[in-house]
Amino acid sequence: MKKIQILGTGCPKCKKLAENAEAAAKDLGIEYSLEKVTQINDIMKFGVMMTPALAIDGQVKTVGKVVSPEDIKKMLS
Amino acid sequence: MGWKTEWKKLVVIAAVFAGCYWLPIGAARFDNAVIESLQLVKWYAREHVLLCLVPAFFIAGGISVFVSQASIMKYLGARANKVLAYGVASVSGSVLAVCSCTVLPLFAGIYKMGAGLGPATTFLYSGPAINVLAIILTARILGVELGIARGVGAVALSIVIGLLMHLIYRKEELQKAAGQAAMPEPHVRRALWQNAMYFAAMAGILVFANWARSGDIRAVFLCCPGGLSTLSVEGTLVSQNQEQVTIQDVSGKTHQIPANLVQNVQDVEKNSLYSLIYQFRWTIVVLLLVCFAVMLRFWFVRAELLEWVEATWGLTKQMLPLLLLGVFMSGVLLGRPGPGHEGLIPTAWVNAAVGGNSIRANLLAAVAGAFMYFATLTEVPIVQGLMGAGMGKGPALALLLAGPAVSLPSMLVIRSVMGTQKTVVFVTLVIVMATLSGIVFGTFF
Repeated sequence: MKKIQILGTGCPKCKKLAENAEAAAKDLGIEYSLEKVTQINDIMKFGVMMTPALAIDGQVKTVGKVVSPEDIKKMLS
Repeated sequence: MGWKTEWKKLVVIAAVFAGCYWLPIGAARFDNAVIESLQLVKWYAREHVLLCLVPAFFIAGGISVFVSQASIMKYLGARANKVLAYGVASVSGSVLAVCSCTVLPLFAGIYKMGAGLGPATTFLYSGPAINVLAIILTARILGVELGIARGVGAVALSIVIGLLMHLIYRKEELQKAAGQAAMPEPHVRRALWQNAMYFAAMAGILVFANWARSGDIRAVFLCCPGGLSTLSVEGTLVSQNQEQVTIQDVSGKTHQIPANLVQNVQDVEKNSLYSLIYQFRWTIVVLLLVCFAVMLRFWFVRAELLEWVEATWGLTKQMLPLLLLGVFMSGVLLGRPGPGHEGLIPTAWVNAAVGGNSIRANLLAAVAGAFMYFATLTEVPIVQGLMGAGMGKGPALALLLAGPAVSLPSMLVIRSVMGTQKTVVFVTLVIVMATLSGIVFGTFF
């Protein structure tokens, strides 16, 4: 079970990243949970300043950009 | 059916119905306001979208993709040189804050994990105010003077406000967040000068495509009921008789001014270099476009270009509808500049509230700007409408300096990051500084 977290205050880019992550996880057919972290103070706890950011199992993987589903697949597998 | 949830919808429907039922069609003021707003939207679409906004969106898209945010953020980190941090924070907003939603996380990051309260406040204030799109549009619509004043004012004020916040709270030692800031690894694909050329070419296209013909004459006339303030129009004289003076301005709009309001009509001095550039502006633009195409072909890979177009498209989608809606609303409420173009709000009210350059007018503009929420860029048509209705240049600058930096919703987020007291101090500083700048600007220009 992978825990995917999208860190971002809710701008269009964050939504796009969430879509991409969901698509990647579905493609791989793995069990996952997707959580959106929107509170600024919670985002700070990850040490992230540039949103949107992607964390998998609590580990920050990318910061400040929308990554493609292909790239997210590599991080998930 | 749950009445507890449905009653709200009932109220909304009843309100809309009541609005339609008593829609004041036929009332001169209302009809006029609708016509004015449509005229204003048409004028924006014709004069500002193709030549000004489209290149501006491409520039903003390029900035958001090709300028490495991480390389700037290292100057705002925990071990950064404090003096340098203020300088970088005051100007980096133009690069980091292309989209307003990125400002608050960066602010919280700089405050909690980076250079501290002072530089964080500097960034928080300057970020939204010196966003490239906003400066370009301000210069284009409200005049180069106000555009420059807005840019320079925002940078200078941001440093002052940041330093004051630091001095007020200097005794406070902040518990730094445990986690070290996570930063993406910057990729270096091009030398700095190549990126600089890329942005310079785009900026050049924007400037030269919009090179306006200088007017031949300038008419100064009394504006608004009672002749409370004066306005001037620059352009070519179409006709002048006993009743009215007709002038076509540089953007192709025709102004008819009743002769009894006109104070004087004077010649504008011609500058030969300026006219020469005007004559050859399309040649220059085409040359720049060719250079630009060559750069794109040789320095960029396909994936990057796609990313650039995508970012540009994203920004356009996000901002253009809101901007046109803002223009429309501003037209309905405030009309267009000039006598006989009033909107729903009587110009006498605007004049009474923010006309001239009194302390009260500047303060009122700053306070209104600070609490009102402006979607990115919409502050420009609103200020244009207010100025057309008689707002002074000083209060206009005060509103532009206080407006985008803070709003009620952003205050709530800022409060959750640094507490109520600091937020109140910050907002007060913004209002006071914006008022002072407005007074100074209004006195000299």
